[in-house]
Amino acid sequence: MNMIEVNGLTKRYGNVLALSAVSFSVAEGELFGLIGPDGAGKTTLFRLLATLLNADEGTATVNGFDVVKDYKSIRNCVGYMPGKFSLYPDLSVKENVDFFAALFGVTLEENYDLIAPIYKQIEPFKDRRAGKLSGGMKQKLALCCALIHKPKVLFLDEPTTGVDAVSRSEFWDMLSNLKQKGITMLVSTPYMDEASRCDRIALCNEGKILCIDAPANLTKNFDTPLYALAADDMFALLNAVRSIPNMGDVYPFGEFHHLFSHSELDCGKVSDELSKKGCNNLTIKKIEPTIEDVFIKLMNNE
Amino acid sequence: MNGFASFVKKETLHIFRDFRTMMIVLLIPIVLMVLFGFAISTEVNNVDVAVVAPNRGDEVSKAVSRLQHNPYFTFKGFINADEIDHTLRSGNAMAVAVFDNDFNKKSALAKDAKAKPTVQIVLDAADVNTASSSAIYLQSVLTENAMSKQTLFNTHLLYNPQLKSAYNFVPGIMGLIFILICAMMTSVSIVREKESGTMEVLLVSPVKPIHIIFAKMIPYFLMSSFNLLTILLLAKYLLDIPMIGGISGIVIISLLYLILSLSFGLLISTLADKQFTALLISAVVMMVPIMMFSGMLFPIENLPLVLRPVSAIVPARWYIDAVRKMMIEGLPLMAVANDFLILLGMTVVLLGVSLKKFNDKLE
Amino acid sequence: MNEPIIHVENLCKKFDDFTAVNQISFDVSRGEIFGFLGANGAGKTTAMRMLCGLSFPTSGMGTVAGFNIRTEGEKIKSHIGYMSQRFSLYDDLTVFENMKLYAGIYGLSRQQTLQSIDEKLEQLQFASEKNTLVGALPLGWKQKVAFSVATLHRPEIVFLDEPTGGVDPITRRQFWELIYNAAANGTTIFVTTHYMDEAEYCSRVSIMVDGKIEALDSPKKLKEQFSVQSMDEVFRTLARRAKRTE
Repeated sequence: MNMIEVNGLTKRYGNVLALSAVSFSVAEGELFGLIGPDGAGKTTLFRLLATLLNADEGTATVNGFDVVKDYKSIRNCVGYMPGKFSLYPDLSVKENVDFFAALFGVTLEENYDLIAPIYKQIEPFKDRRAGKLSGGMKQKLALCCALIHKPKVLFLDEPTTGVDAVSRSEFWDMLSNLKQKGITMLVSTPYMDEASRCDRIALCNEGKILCIDAPANLTKNFDTPLYALAADDMFALLNAVRSIPNMGDVYPFGEFHHLFSHSELDCGKVSDELSKKGCNNLTIKKIEPTIEDVFIKLMNNE
Repeated sequence: MNGFASFVKKETLHIFRDFRTMMIVLLIPIVLMVLFGFAISTEVNNVDVAVVAPNRGDEVSKAVSRLQHNPYFTFKGFINADEIDHTLRSGNAMAVAVFDNDFNKKSALAKDAKAKPTVQIVLDAADVNTASSSAIYLQSVLTENAMSKQTLFNTHLLYNPQLKSAYNFVPGIMGLIFILICAMMTSVSIVREKESGTMEVLLVSPVKPIHIIFAKMIPYFLMSSFNLLTILLLAKYLLDIPMIGGISGIVIISLLYLILSLSFGLLISTLADKQFTALLISAVVMMVPIMMFSGMLFPIENLPLVLRPVSAIVPARWYIDAVRKMMIEGLPLMAVANDFLILLGMTVVLLGVSLKKFNDKLE
Repeated sequence: MNEPIIHVENLCKKFDDFTAVNQISFDVSRGEIFGFLGANGAGKTTAMRMLCGLSFPTSGMGTVAGFNIRTEGEKIKSHIGYMSQRFSLYDDLTVFENMKLYAGIYGLSRQQTLQSIDEKLEQLQFASEKNTLVGALPLGWKQKVAFSVATLHRPEIVFLDEPTGGVDPITRRQFWELIYNAAANGTTIFVTTHYMDEAEYCSRVSIMVDGKIEALDSPKKLKEQFSVQSMDEVFRTLARRAKRTE
C-alpha cells in the first residue's frame, strides 16, 4: 500500500491557480522530496494532505484514509511541521515539548527512544525560551514536537529554509535516521542541492509537477550536452558565450558557467573563439548535470 | 496531565510571560476607577453660594445655616439684589439663592395656602453639569425643613441624593473593561496563533477545536474575574458605594457578561486573520458602540429616535443598566431579570455562532 | 581610486554580556562583489547593520563610502543602497510607483528619476509591466525589481541581505547577472547568502564564525587553503568550529 496517494489535486485561491492537477504517490517508508521555488504550490499541497484545506478537484489518501472523509483519522497518524516557525517563542523548550506531547495524549518518556537522538541535542537548553534559540536549534525543537506522538507519516514544509548549510546538512542526517525507523516522510525544500538526500523527488514549479523520479535517474536521463566554462572575467565570459550564435543557453553556476548546448561541442574550437573575444585563462569541459541543471532545463521546456 | 489541562497551563504561561500586557490589563480598571471616580467627577463639591434675602427672618436663617453646615457648599455671605450679576461674573460665587420678600411669612402659612414661599436660584452655568447638579441639590438643602409643607420644591432625588457621578460611572466602566479585556485579549491570542502558524499544528493534532477554544477562554475569564473583584472592592471602599442590594447579584450577572465578552472575542478571531485586524475590530465594533449606545456617557433617552434600536443590540447597554440598578438602586437580581435574560440569550447566540464558525480547517 | 569603500577596524558590538560581533577588521575595494557569509547567529546581520549606519558599534571604528560609521550614519544612508529579503517593495504600489517613491526618498530630480527608471526598466526588459502592482508579480521578479530600486540612485555600494532566498533557479541566475552588471559598472556589492554556489560568484568572501571573521579571501584561494573542492566544504569546515548556539 502506498502511504500517500495523490490524484489530480487542484486548488485555486480566487483566480490564482495554486495547484494544478498534481498526482504522485509515496511508498511506505519512503523519503520523498518536493523541490521547487516559492510559489510552486508546496505549502498548499501540504495543507491539503494535512487536511487543513479541501481541494477543488482531485482526491488524496494518507495511510489509506481519504483526506476529506476520514480527516480525523489522518490527524491522529501524521506529524506536521509547517513552513513558519511553529512553536511558542515565549515558552521554554521543555514547555513546548510537554505541551505538544499533551496535545497528542502522550508523554515525552513514552516515545523517548524515537526522538532521543534529536532531543539530546537541545536538552542542554531545555529551560531556554524557544524564541531565543538559533535557527538550527529551533528546527530541531520543531522536529521533536512533530515526532512526539510517533506519527507514521511526517510532513515537513521547508524545514531548512533560511537555515545555514551546516544545520541543513545535520537536519537531513536526522531525517535519514528517522527513515531507518520506518517513518514515511514528505519534505519540501527550495534548495536543489538537498535533492540527493531523498529517495525520490518531484520537481515542481508554479503549481505543477515537472517530473518525478529518483535523483540519480533524473541526472542520468539528462540528454542535453552540458559544458562548464570558466575564465578570469566571468561576466565577460557570459556575454562572450551569448554573442556566439546557436550555442544554447548559458547560466552562471557558481565557479563555472553552465552551457546547455544544442549539440556536442568541439571544446578546442569554442575555446579559440572565446579567446578571440578576449576571455583569458579559459577552461571548458563537459560535465554531468546536477538536479539544478535538470530543473532549469525542465523550466525552459515549459 | 491531560491535553486540556496542559492547554490551559500553556495559555496561562503566555499571559504571565507577557508581563507588561498582564500588568496593563490588571491595572486598567484601577486607573479608570480612580480617574472617573475622582478626577473627572461632576459631583457637587465646594460650590460657593451667595444669598440675597431682603428680610432675614427665622426661616431664612435656618436655610442659610443649613447651607453653612453643608460640606458641599461654601456660604459666601449676603449680597444685594443688584450685586448678583457682578458676584457671578467675578467668580466670587457660583450660585446665588434669592429669597423673596415674604419668605418667612409665607413659610409659616398652611401648606394649602395660595401664596407660596419662593426661592430663585441663579447659577453660573458655564459648567453645565455642575450647575444643574448644584441647582437640584441646592434646592433640596434650602427647603429641607419646609419640605412637608411646601410643594414648590418637590424635587425627587431618590437614589443618589448627592448626585455623586462616580456612582454612575462604575457600571459604565465595568461594561467597557470586561468586553475590552475579554474580547480583545481572546481574539488577539487566537489570531496570534493563526499568524505564527501554530494554529496549523493545533488543528492537525487530534485535539478537539472546542478544547482549544475553552482553554483560551479560561485564563482570561479568571483574569477578568480578578478585575471584577478589584472593581467591586474599589467601589465599596474607595468610592463608598453602599451596594445595599448585595454583591452576589452583581457578581452573577458580571460573570455572565464575561462569558458573553469571551464569545465575542471568539467570533472576532474567526473573522480576523491578523492581530492588527482583531484589535481594530475589537476597538471599532465594541468600544464605539459601548461609549455611544450603552448609556455609559449619554442617557439612552437622549439618543435620536432612529439610533435607539441600535442600543438594544449592544450587550453593554443591558449589563450597565442591570448593574446600575443593583449597585446604585440596591435592587435584587430578580428585579433585573429582564436584562439578565437578554444577556443570557445574547451569550447563547454568540457562543453558538462562533463555535460553529470556528472550524477545524484553514478556510 | 585605491581607497577601500569599506574599511573596518576591530569592530565590536555587545548586547549586555553577549558579544555579537567580536573585533572584526576587513576592507572592501571599490567594484568588488564581497560575499559576507556565516552560519545563523554568527553576527552577520549585526555587522551589516553597523555598516549601514543602523546600529552603533560598542567599540572599534569603520568607514563606508568615506563616512565614519560612528558619526556619519545619516550620510552613509544616502550613499548606499539596501535590499533585504523581507522588506523590499510595497505590494500595493505599481512597479513604476515604487521606483518613483524611492527616487524621491533619495532626492533624485524629476529628470534624473524618469531617466533612471527608464534605464532600469530597459535593463530588466520590464517596461511593459511598469504599471503592474508589485503584489501581483512572482517572487523572482519582485526581487529583481527590488534590486533595481536599491540601485536607482546609483549608490557607490549596495548591501544585499539574502536577496535570492526561495527564488527559482533561473531567476536566481538572472539576479546574479544583474549583480555582475552593476559590479561591472563600478558599483560595489556586499551580499549575504545561504546558497554556497553563490559564494563562488564573489570576488572575495568572508566567513564569520561566533562573531569573528575566520576566513577572508577569494573563493579560489579559500578552497586551496582548506584543500577542498567547493565553497560549501570550506563553509562547513569553518562553521563546525562554532561553539555558541545562539
